[in-house]
Amino acid sequence: MSLLSLSGISRRVDLPDGSVLPILTGVDLQLAAGEHVSIVGRSGSGKSTLLNILGLLDSPTEGEYLLDGEPTDHLRARRRSRLRGEVFGFVFQQFNLLPRRTAAENVAAPLLYARGRDFLRRRRTALEMLDRVGLGARADQVPERLSGGEQQRVAIARALVRSPRVVLADEPTGALDVETGAQVMALLAQATAENGAALVTITHDLSVAALAGRRFRLEGGRLSPLVESGALNAATADRGTA
Amino acid sequence: MIAVLGALSEAWDEVRVHKSRVVLSLVGVFLAVFAMTSVTALGLIVAQVQQEGAERGSGRPATVAVNAYDPMTGMPPDAAEWDAAVAELVDRHGITTAATISYGEGLFRLPGGTQRLQTMRVSPAYGELHRKEPVEGRWLREGDRTSLSPALVVNEAFLELLGVPDLSSRPTVVLGGPTPVRATIVGVIREGYGSEPIVYRADRSGGPWDAPGAVDPATAMYAGPSTLELWVPPDQAEQVMEVVARDLGAALDVQVDTYRQDASGLEETLAMLRLAIRCAGIVVLVLGGLGVLNIGLVTVRQRIREIGVRRSFGATSGRIFSAVMLESVCATALAGVAAVGCSIVLVRNLPLEQLLNDGIPLADTPGFPVAAAVEGLVAATAVGALAGLLPALIAVRAKVIDAIRF
Repeated sequence: MSLLSLSGISRRVDLPDGSVLPILTGVDLQLAAGEHVSIVGRSGSGKSTLLNILGLLDSPTEGEYLLDGEPTDHLRARRRSRLRGEVFGFVFQQFNLLPRRTAAENVAAPLLYARGRDFLRRRRTALEMLDRVGLGARADQVPERLSGGEQQRVAIARALVRSPRVVLADEPTGALDVETGAQVMALLAQATAENGAALVTITHDLSVAALAGRRFRLEGGRLSPLVESGALNAATADRGTA
Repeated sequence: MIAVLGALSEAWDEVRVHKSRVVLSLVGVFLAVFAMTSVTALGLIVAQVQQEGAERGSGRPATVAVNAYDPMTGMPPDAAEWDAAVAELVDRHGITTAATISYGEGLFRLPGGTQRLQTMRVSPAYGELHRKEPVEGRWLREGDRTSLSPALVVNEAFLELLGVPDLSSRPTVVLGGPTPVRATIVGVIREGYGSEPIVYRADRSGGPWDAPGAVDPATAMYAGPSTLELWVPPDQAEQVMEVVARDLGAALDVQVDTYRQDASGLEETLAMLRLAIRCAGIVVLVLGGLGVLNIGLVTVRQRIREIGVRRSFGATSGRIFSAVMLESVCATALAGVAAVGCSIVLVRNLPLEQLLNDGIPLADTPGFPVAAAVEGLVAATAVGALAGLLPALIAVRAKVIDAIRF
């Protein structure tokens, strides 16, 4: 059984003029535990919307989304929030670290919503995670004093701190230079693999996409397997439009 | 339990991280609670000062004054018969405090020459009934009534006439007349206006006025030579006046007039004063709350992205709501604690008796009112909850996806 299963997922938005804007159309995707999947696509192709649906931040207009074989469409808001915290870890393009909190406080932040020992030991767990991403010595630095690469490593530590089963990374290297981006991506892939978590990466960068075991292309709201030669063209085209 | 701890921890983190903003937003609440609590506490003391001031003049509630005289001659009844009748009356009706006062003039041999000064001959219980609190020495007591050297309680103006600064030299003064006697000044009270000397003397003490009937009603300043004052429960005052007039009149065959002489309407005045103080405090508190609300609204809009990120961690709507709300409540509660603390320090250290009561010690100094402190804390917390409500609702209604992109 797949950890996540999307069948015929569509997402449409009603516009103020009464027309309907299709963002995703008939998306099918299965994700197994520990798997690494990448999705490439142009800006506005619906990548972030797909990620939001996967992470229970948004709901599809049509289709079926199963999490551990259970449909998610009838989940109450409270349950969705809890599942989001327990099952998913998010890595954002702009890091989204909490300002004026230290690296350790940022990493510990998701554990504020955990229960029992996880909540009570949050500081210690956060320091362990920072050690794992090589930032143990900078635990008490606020984000404003960290480089872009360091901030994204803090964000990775934060995404992994609750031992999620799926890490959803939205353009994780988008705000970094090529070399730092490669280091961060390698770290993300390694850390999620060590945690046994699945990783879904959305990216413009073909080299980042190439790290995944399965690669997809999202175009016009439709998801399809990425053919390497086509991907190269798409990546080239994306760089031209970026 | 963990959820509550988490929400509190989150709220406290927010207060800690944004100290400057929080402190700025709380200045209004701090001042409001400080003002409300201090003014309430001071109001109680002012009310006590007012009450004791009124009681010093006209007696405690309810003081029933009794005058007895022969309707034909205007002369008072025989002193011995009067004393016996009063004793019997007091005993029969269980009246705990009964005092007498008569006004007369005495000759005092002072350094500047002999002066004729008004003297009030009172029984020792008069001090309790009129809250006489000496600033030095003591008030008259039972033993003074049989003393061969009359005991006097005077005011500071009298001491000045006598040329002594205080009682450290155990001052005495000679009362003139046909049989002069040396009186001892046992206490000093702060009373009277300007240089007007005031003298209280025990009513039955030795000296030129101790003979029955020595007080001439023609020279007495008020209705009769001697007024009996009875301290009775206010709700029984009317009944006592009727009974006393009937019993004493029958026993002594004299005309007996009774009336209630303590200040009327004082309670109503004080209630109005307290109400005005409370209203002022509430207005100030509302203004402080508006300040917190205003800054809370601005802040929550600046924190939309952070709220979105927290939602991605699994924060429920309820958790976001309670965190924003608790942040406001925690902060205002802290401001409340600080304000009440400062208020206690202020009220306890202000020289209130000097400022409000002309340096006269209060007989019953009210402590810092616990109710005012609790009220201040509750008001601060309630303002925090109300001011946090709107920002919390805005935080909950923020769309997670938009918030993350914000």
